[in-house]
Amino acid sequence: MAVEPEHWRTPSRRLLLLRRWEVAVPAVVLAAMVALVGGGSGWALGLALVPLLAGAILWGVVGRRYASWGYAERDDDLLVRRGVLFARLSVVPYGRMQFIDVAAGPLERAFGLATVHLHTAAAATDARIPGLEREEAARLRDRLAELGEAQAAGL
Amino acid sequence: MTPERADGWHRLHPLSPVVRGGRGTIAIAILLLPIIFSGGRISDAVPQVAIIAVLALGGFVSWLVTRWRIEDDDLRIETGLFRRQSLRFPLAQVQAIDVVRPGLARMFRVAELRLRMAGASGATARLAYVGEREVDPLRDRLLALARGARVHEGIPAGEAELERPPERVLAVVATGPLVASILLERGWLIVILAGLLSGFVVSPKTAAALIGGGGFVWAISIVTVLWRRFNQQYHLTVAEGAEGLHLRGGLVALTAEVIRPGRVQAVRLVEPFLWRPLGWCRLEADLAGRQRRKGEGEAERGQLRTLLPVGKRALAYELIDRLVPDRPRELSPPPRRVRWKSPLRYRVLRWGRSDSVVATVSGRLRRVTCWVPLEKAQSLRHVQGPVQRRLRLASVHVDTAGKGVHATLRDRDAGEAAQALAELTDLARAARRRAAAA
Repeated sequence: MAVEPEHWRTPSRRLLLLRRWEVAVPAVVLAAMVALVGGGSGWALGLALVPLLAGAILWGVVGRRYASWGYAERDDDLLVRRGVLFARLSVVPYGRMQFIDVAAGPLERAFGLATVHLHTAAAATDARIPGLEREEAARLRDRLAELGEAQAAGL
Repeated sequence: MTPERADGWHRLHPLSPVVRGGRGTIAIAILLLPIIFSGGRISDAVPQVAIIAVLALGGFVSWLVTRWRIEDDDLRIETGLFRRQSLRFPLAQVQAIDVVRPGLARMFRVAELRLRMAGASGATARLAYVGEREVDPLRDRLLALARGARVHEGIPAGEAELERPPERVLAVVATGPLVASILLERGWLIVILAGLLSGFVVSPKTAAALIGGGGFVWAISIVTVLWRRFNQQYHLTVAEGAEGLHLRGGLVALTAEVIRPGRVQAVRLVEPFLWRPLGWCRLEADLAGRQRRKGEGEAERGQLRTLLPVGKRALAYELIDRLVPDRPRELSPPPRRVRWKSPLRYRVLRWGRSDSVVATVSGRLRRVTCWVPLEKAQSLRHVQGPVQRRLRLASVHVDTAGKGVHATLRDRDAGEAAQALAELTDLARAARRRAAAA
């Protein structure tokens, strides 16, 4: 799809931070628990390395996943790309959007982030942009709603 | 014969309560069975007999107090014993008169006349039931009276055409192929049925025990599914009318539906594995805003509307041309290396587009061909999985409203897929503009 690289927008860097926290905290906690239960003996410390190692791998995966997210507002449609293993690119015409919902879970809220989800009449449409800063999420929602109304097409 | 009396009042067919009871009648028959077969004394079954007697009396009274007659330009129906109702239907407002024959009614050779009335209320006058032989003359007489009444009241006859609009029958589904197709589509079912039958022949006791155990419930559920399918698609008639394709059919419950081409979200042609040697196919359409029909459960609602339960390809294509004009004529195969990723699908995969329609073919054992008018496409998705990346392949999905049709340009060369995504995006936009302007 012909989009200049500079037109792609990415989710906030804070999303990357949030995702890394989500990996690091459980890994460290699990490692600490294993070490404590083992009473600091050699094998327990060795076993505690497993969650840390898994955490390190996931840390890298999370980084690549974050880098894969992107969206671009074009004249008539919104492009959303995501996925490392399965690379997906969705094209959603503004006229086809039925509603847009903005959601923020407790963790996302703590980081000042929100997820914008676009819905069309098709259940298969999966246009979702996570980790937008709140102002950007609100701006995107309003702009999409405005464009959607202007170009709305019937079924 | 309806006894005609001097004052012009008629009664309905005496068997009306039996037919109207519908399932209740069947339930009563089941209640009676043990009494008859046990050969026991009536005194053993006093409650059952009492219930039946009360129901029978109720039915008889309801028949007795219901009568109808034509008064000037009105059809008057009186009914009710305690709460007497007198309904008056001005014949000038009759839109159409339908003859409806549910299963039991056919058995007892009666039919219901339904007069659809004009106006916001859209009330329906029902004469249930009238003897089969009287139905057609009565319908013609009522239509003639309605026409006369219109002239009386100065309503132009052309305002709402009383006669059925001229339509051309395109296809009628024959019963034999329908049964064969339902069974053939589920090849495993034939195996099970054959197994059961041979089981009965070889060792009736074991087979009976198998059925007596959990197998029975299972068998019932299978039969129910098959029956529902058969019931819906029995003698389905497809005709071309003024507004679109007219569908009529059904065994126990008759259905009628008009399919306007503009409501079609997607069309698909299914060719199950065992049908292919016979050259059969099934045509289904995904329709927007389809009204839920009476008696249609939650399960059927999300399903596709079957336009042709079983038929030859040529006939199906004739129907497709009416629903999605300008379908692409040439479909292109995928690159050879797709053999490694989708060995079963490789021979089947195709896609093609015209300026307004995209067509895709896929399927492993059964072949499914989808057509989506581009103006109905909701969104487009380009997906590349890990194996596809290795082989420089990618898929493009055309998402449509509804759940039934998945049009996917599966396993195309990566460059071709990217180009197709761009082209389809532009074509879909143009198609939407055209539709909005029209």
